[in-house]
Amino acid sequence: MITSLLPRKGPPHPVPLPPGERGRKLHRRHSIAPLPSWERGWGEGAARTLLLLVALLLAAPALAQEPRLEDPALEARARELQREIRCVVCQNESIDSSQAGIARDLRLLVRERLAAGDSDDEVRHFLVARYGDYVLFRPPLRPGTWLLWFGPGLVLLLGAGGLALALRRHRRRGAAGPAPLDPEEQRRLEALLRDEPGRKA
Amino acid sequence: MLKRLLFVLPLAVFAVGAAFLYWGLNPERNPAAIPSVLIDQPVPAFALPPIEGSSWPELSSADLGGEVTLVNVFASWCLPCRAEHPLLVDLAERRGVKVVGINYKDAPEDAIAWLQELGNPYAAIGADREGRAGIDWGISGVPETFVVDREGTIRYRHVGPIHAVELEELILPILERLR
Repeated sequence: MITSLLPRKGPPHPVPLPPGERGRKLHRRHSIAPLPSWERGWGEGAARTLLLLVALLLAAPALAQEPRLEDPALEARARELQREIRCVVCQNESIDSSQAGIARDLRLLVRERLAAGDSDDEVRHFLVARYGDYVLFRPPLRPGTWLLWFGPGLVLLLGAGGLALALRRHRRRGAAGPAPLDPEEQRRLEALLRDEPGRKA
Repeated sequence: MLKRLLFVLPLAVFAVGAAFLYWGLNPERNPAAIPSVLIDQPVPAFALPPIEGSSWPELSSADLGGEVTLVNVFASWCLPCRAEHPLLVDLAERRGVKVVGINYKDAPEDAIAWLQELGNPYAAIGADREGRAGIDWGISGVPETFVVDREGTIRYRHVGPIHAVELEELILPILERLR
């Protein structure tokens, strides 16, 4: 659809090179002129493409004809709510940003319920009754979600505890210091230092 | 003692990681499947008009219960629906299962033409042009299929088209058990 708007450029498929030239294709394209017309890069056709793309960018908001709530405060609440409700088909998006049909339906529903006088929590409950906690980006605090909410803290505590234990042990051992070398060890150490290649006199 | 524990720790971390990856990378797992909260709940209250211009009866929650019923959400614009449709026709005609339909966001004339072409397995069809009943059923797309038992309780939800194997191994046993 969109391709038909763009200026046609060259053949639809790369032109095969003769067998002997295939390996040198990249090299050729970068060093030897002249290039065929469709590979000449940004020309006047490109300006038209750019213009069309910019026009497309501006066209998107024009299409977003979704009924808004009259009351700006209510509309703001709707937007706020929509940002924390997960789209059920595109699961990493909120319904506020999703283009999916069902997300649009849910947006309309949120606005409708708010206009009917529902509180934010009532709207959430309405959706959770149909789609489960899954639709909320911020899951509620219940025994079933304790691990989810407190898990990271628990891991942090465990790590801190382990670190504290290791540090304490290290310090205790450090206070005692290593045992002094006995005469035999001392002799070996001196021999090693004397033979070290970098210290050849 | 503590030192030995320290040696086991990397192994334990690896085991937990491996278990998580085994679960996460399992090709059988569908990451898009959302656990339905409607299982073991009564069917949502809804009342849908018939498909405009058709003589097929309409569908509302009052029609469910009394008999084990398959509720199928479909649309003529939905290609996977076309794929699963012969199975539904077969269920209704050869196996005597009561199948009802929710025609989701469809143009009446398209839906009628579609059913005339492929056969109509539905004992009743509600036209959900706004998709509001679909939201009440917690669907995330079409097709979706629910099994409703004699008490009017939802017992199973199937997301996406039903394949022949799933019908034999999953849905028919459920229907059998509930009857």
